Amino acid sequence: MARVIFTGSFRRYAGGEAEAEVEAANVRDLLAKLGERYPALAPHLDDGVALAIDGKIHQDALFSPIGPDSDVHLIPRIAGG
Amino acid sequence: MTDGSQEKANGATRWIGTRPVRPDGVDKVTGRARFGADVHLPNMLVGKVLRSPHAHARLKSIDTTRARSLPGVKAVVTRDDFEDLPSEFVPAGEMLVNYRDIVRNVMAREKVLYEGHPVAAVAAVGERAAKEALDLIEVGYEVLPHVMDVEEAMAPDAPLLHEDMITAGVEPAPETPSNVAKVVEFGHGDVEAGFAEADVMVEREFRTRPVHQGYIEPHSCVASFSEDGQAELWCTTQGHFIVRGHCAKLLGMEVSRLRVTASEIGGGFGGKTVVYLEPLALMLSRKSGNPVKMTMSREEVFRASGPAPGTCIRVRVGVRRDGRITAGEAELKYQAGAFQGSPVQLGCMCAFAPYDLENVKVTGYDVVANRPKATAYRAPGAPQSEFAVESVIDELAKAIGMDPVALRLKNAAKEGTRAAYGPTFGPVGLVETLEAAGAHEHYRARLAPGQGRGVASGFWFNIGGETCANLNLGEDGTIALVAGTPDIGGSRAALCLQAAEALGVDVETIRPLIADTSSLGYTFLTGGSRTAFASGMAVIEASKDMIGQLCERAAKIWDIPVDAVEWVEGEARPAGANAGEFESLPLADLAGLAGKTGGPIVGRAQINAQGAGPSFGTHVVDVDVDRETGRVEILRYTVIQDAGKAVHPDYVEGQMQGGAVQGIGWALNEEYVYDENGRLENPGFLDYRIPVCSDVPMIDTVIVEVPNPTHPYGVRGVGETPIIPPMAAIANAVEGALGIRFTDLPMSPPRVLKALDEARLPEAAD
Repeated sequence: MARVIFTGSFRRYAGGEAEAEVEAANVRDLLAKLGERYPALAPHLDDGVALAIDGKIHQDALFSPIGPDSDVHLIPRIAGG
Repeated sequence: MTDGSQEKANGATRWIGTRPVRPDGVDKVTGRARFGADVHLPNMLVGKVLRSPHAHARLKSIDTTRARSLPGVKAVVTRDDFEDLPSEFVPAGEMLVNYRDIVRNVMAREKVLYEGHPVAAVAAVGERAAKEALDLIEVGYEVLPHVMDVEEAMAPDAPLLHEDMITAGVEPAPETPSNVAKVVEFGHGDVEAGFAEADVMVEREFRTRPVHQGYIEPHSCVASFSEDGQAELWCTTQGHFIVRGHCAKLLGMEVSRLRVTASEIGGGFGGKTVVYLEPLALMLSRKSGNPVKMTMSREEVFRASGPAPGTCIRVRVGVRRDGRITAGEAELKYQAGAFQGSPVQLGCMCAFAPYDLENVKVTGYDVVANRPKATAYRAPGAPQSEFAVESVIDELAKAIGMDPVALRLKNAAKEGTRAAYGPTFGPVGLVETLEAAGAHEHYRARLAPGQGRGVASGFWFNIGGETCANLNLGEDGTIALVAGTPDIGGSRAALCLQAAEALGVDVETIRPLIADTSSLGYTFLTGGSRTAFASGMAVIEASKDMIGQLCERAAKIWDIPVDAVEWVEGEARPAGANAGEFESLPLADLAGLAGKTGGPIVGRAQINAQGAGPSFGTHVVDVDVDRETGRVEILRYTVIQDAGKAVHPDYVEGQMQGGAVQGIGWALNEEYVYDENGRLENPGFLDYRIPVCSDVPMIDTVIVEVPNPTHPYGVRGVGETPIIPPMAAIANAVEGALGIRFTDLPMSPPRVLKALDEARLPEAAD
């Protein structure tokens, strides 16, 4: 199962948990399961987040695959000028 | 069928890394290039905006009767012409936008929230009539107390901009409104335990002022609405698909009925990623039935378009005597301007990104104030926070007697480092930039007495995103490269080079253009240092698509399976002896035969590019300070940055130099001066002083190349990172020259003189 690491504000929304194990094939699957497990986190997922999957940032990529041993970090969407 | 593009990722390239003449160069130096204000249409009207003279006021009434009856006036628009939109954050490309705020920023509704906030707009047959009409609009204001600065805005008794703003990100949610829109936190580890391990700790508070992007070309657009409800819009923008989406929403249109064309752009730097005039011009055109042109004056640009936010930042860092940083903590308060949405989150994420820290905590506050809504400016949020952290790092290096480059190297983020904002870095080039800085002749050159040298590093994420590209093959074998990202930093050249490399053809055979929003699929804006990376990936994919079609045509002509054809150096060849003996077919021959072998050939790609590689940079600067005038002179400046792979090194160097120069302005001179009523006193380049050529030396550059493994040629974005280190590098250099640590920007002559006077006072007392 993928390991999801919560830091900063996301940890608070996840009830203070530092990490969770989630079985998910892709980003859409992972976000849905996180939203179900952590209701306080759900609205922030709906707002749009980016995921760092094994260090590589994915944004607006619902079908990016997540491996069974992947490390996943939730981070805010990244903008730029 | 095979193509050669992937194999070149780590090998020799023919075009990547070369410096051909820019494809847009002749038009620009001969004056043919058409910028935002260069579009003229028959029966075109002039549009003007009436702006609030008050920083904060309730709009009691707006009477446009006299203006509408003025001869020559064809349309007047106010808040009543725009439908109110609910408060809802929706993703729009990289950004979360709240259309309730956008509709209020383009035209004030209940209140005006900054001096310059639009209150009404007119379209008339000429500039004079339009200006006269503005004078005839009667607006009833109830002036309210205003608040300009972030700490004042956070005070419990501060005037409220939005009476319904409840701070998000705090639990339990506050029961009363405030100007704090949001609180965010980042970090990991235990900072207090980390500080307990430190031998030396430095804690400082920093303040930076809002600064404008300083693009030379003001905002400008022409809108033309037709009777059947379709419209065209020409404008200077970094993202015409974004403009289309915002305008369609605000005007209640389907996006397919609005065609937006991006003009050549005279600078953007993030400031042209939003809409100001465009919805007004469209509404005026819809009401008048005529095309309408609107162009901001320089004063309007300063009073009403977005600056980078001013900030108040507290930083604490602890270090052991051996140079290992044990903990870092920061609290960032950013001015969002009139509506929430400062880049404080990004500032938090970048603050400690150059360092491998076990214990780090960053808290950010997004705070509204009676200023124009903050807008992206190169690496939004990062220059301020990294200025603060990099200043403290320099102070720590001095405190433990360690070379500042060596201290950074000892703690530098590298592949495998858990970034302060969470994820683990892949291959990144900070160590390489630091090593290059330490080895550079500049870093070892002798300074004269009284001069100072500073060093600082910077980090930016870079992004990818939705991107389309087409390659249209002409009948003579030349190619039209069609992209959707406006070219603000040389992207047309960079895209042509990547296409030429992938196709194996001469770069001169490729002519680039930026398509309008109806001629190409949705493409996100030029920003986030994404264009050379993401549009480059799209162009490479389109090249592969074209190569596939070319190989199919060759297979048909030779009557062999397509698998038996390979594409090498711009021509189709039989793949090995078993494929048969055929004379190779160059691109031009296949193009000439296209009509008879299956029809036109167009390579297409539509992608959502992921895996942008972060970019790190390190700057070295030498300064001298005139002790009588307080002027800081930049004596020598070297920018070292990881570009992944420099596609067109001239442009990469140009980005590095341009970022450094803008950072020099931010560090030394640029600031808004408001009077006690919240009115801007220096809305022009004479009084708001950006650097000119005589202010800066030649900016030396060193391109480091640590390839981004996601991109076929290793490309990373380069446009934003170079504006991050200058402020700290210069402050560190000034500290070296004077022994005075500046924590407030800008280090302008009056501030430097004041600091010198204060430093002399104790001497005088002695």
